[in-house]
Amino acid sequence: MTKASAALLDVTGLRTRFHTPHGIVQAVDGVSFSIQRGQTVGIVGESGSGKSVLARTIIGILAKDGSVTTTGCLAFEGRDLLKLPEREMRDVRGKDIAMVFQDPMSSLNPVKRIGAQIGEVLKRHLGLRGRAAETRSAELLASVGISLPAERLRQYPHQLSGGMRQRVAIAVALAGEPKLLIADEPTTALDVTIQAQILDLLRRQQLARNMAMILISHDLGVIAGRADAVAVMYAGQMVERASTRSLFHSCCMPYTQALIRSAPKLPDPPHTRLRAIPGRPPDMLRPPAGCRFNPRCDYATDVCRATQPMLSAADADGTHLYACWHPVGGHGVLP
Amino acid sequence: MLPFFLRKLLRLILVLLLVAAATFLLLNLLPGDVALSLLGNEATPAAIAQVRAELGLDQPLVLRYLHWLIGLLHGDLGRSYITQVPVMESIVDRLPVTIELMLLSQGFALLLAVPVGVWCAYKAGSRIDRLISSAALLLLAAPVFITATVLMFLFALKLRWLPSTGYVPFIASPLSNLAHLVLPALAIGLSEWPPLFAVLRADMIKTLQQDYIALAKAKGLGPAFILLRHALRPSSFTLVTVSGLQIAAAITGALVVETIFGLPGVGRMLTGAVYNRDMMLVQGCVAVISVGYVLINFGVDLIYATLDPRICR
Repeated sequence: MTKASAALLDVTGLRTRFHTPHGIVQAVDGVSFSIQRGQTVGIVGESGSGKSVLARTIIGILAKDGSVTTTGCLAFEGRDLLKLPEREMRDVRGKDIAMVFQDPMSSLNPVKRIGAQIGEVLKRHLGLRGRAAETRSAELLASVGISLPAERLRQYPHQLSGGMRQRVAIAVALAGEPKLLIADEPTTALDVTIQAQILDLLRRQQLARNMAMILISHDLGVIAGRADAVAVMYAGQMVERASTRSLFHSCCMPYTQALIRSAPKLPDPPHTRLRAIPGRPPDMLRPPAGCRFNPRCDYATDVCRATQPMLSAADADGTHLYACWHPVGGHGVLP
Repeated sequence: MLPFFLRKLLRLILVLLLVAAATFLLLNLLPGDVALSLLGNEATPAAIAQVRAELGLDQPLVLRYLHWLIGLLHGDLGRSYITQVPVMESIVDRLPVTIELMLLSQGFALLLAVPVGVWCAYKAGSRIDRLISSAALLLLAAPVFITATVLMFLFALKLRWLPSTGYVPFIASPLSNLAHLVLPALAIGLSEWPPLFAVLRADMIKTLQQDYIALAKAKGLGPAFILLRHALRPSSFTLVTVSGLQIAAAITGALVVETIFGLPGVGRMLTGAVYNRDMMLVQGCVAVISVGYVLINFGVDLIYATLDPRICR
């Protein structure tokens, strides 16, 4: 398939298990998707659905002490990152794949100057040091919209606001000129007014650099206008995957529908009750049998409680996939 | 910076006044009399009264205290009741031995605690971590006089690698000086490193779970670089605090160790002075030790400011 061979990252059957004293947690359970150069894939799901673990699995920064096992295939430009020795993987991290974390208050080292935190990436991956690294760092800061970049380099994170720190974190991620940027809820910890600025900044940088991006959020609104494709995660599994347009127009999975409906809408009169999803995400130590969403699903029947649905195509070319026995929106039989 | 410094200085003076007052009271509550230890048990009451008058011991406690304080302001700590040698002179003579011992022992303790603590935090929960942590706990429970005796027995008496007792000034022969101080310093250091190790390990484990460590990994940096250049500094606040307190508290270790290894330091002098009820000498030693204590803590505060830029605000 030509599409697959052109993919920058091809994730197939990825599983990440945490071995805890209480048992095994399947944080990522058989996730597959691919991302092309310059493309944005949005990943949505509630807290605890495995989004962040997926991100950390891809960039390979989970514990290496045997408490975490990962299986499947992570083909990045044809190389399986899971089979790469740690030493070679270190050359991939920060250079080919970079990451922006959720909370800029805690993701920058509080006792290191901004300049040093950008500079170490330049030194590690591009061999830049001294004045060259300083000039490049200042350029990076300027490109993410930070004023007086040369002076900021000498400052510490606590001297900057939250929005500024996230810009610095983005500059750090861009320093190695990555081909893939993983943004793990990059705006969740920020003020609403700053959120759009940061998302637009990410979008601009992505277009300018022809960089692929995995944009993780629990907020479909964040993803809606910015991702080419969206994957919905629930309890460690990918339950629906489609182009953004297709997902918003004709979602199949009741969970996706519930996510879309639970977002507040501007035309709603004030004090309209939000359509929250009843119940809680499942206990990942003992996930429910069958479809993992069945205890919270309005459409659940006996087959949902007994057998797990496989991903199946909703359209002719197989770009819209969903895992549900009773898909909504006309793609299947409604109960 | 200046107001910060002045505040610390004011505190130093207050601490000194309190410590001097407390020592005065405590030593006067102790049974025993310096006149009696000077003259022996056969002394007549008249002779004792005469000696007490000569030493100024017949004056009221408050007056003696004020007298001593005024002397202190002039850098005069009085004269020893027993030898009549100026207290300041005796202390200046012996202080270098004790300072060297304290610095060396703390150096040993840190040299052991920092690499081992960092490694165990990195390998937290592994077999080697559990083994080292238990060994540290064991050493923590071993009193310094046991470690000192065992070290002396092993390295000085059995293996004959190092001298067992005595002291050579650093200026006379640096190598011989160090040879005489290695065992005493190691004895104190061995009992001092477990708490340093424990606090560093615990803080480091917490630091390694921070997002900025995950980001450092995501930058492709290696474990050694992350541990030493990203995690160590933010993990070392408790370490610095405990280390500062230990240097100061090492004087209690020095009391024992200097006596065992026959080192002519302040600790051994202080022990002797207490036995002889040589109040002037005890008072002087305590004053010097408390100044040192407060100065070291002042130094710790300065180190905080360099460790964490957020403190300087």
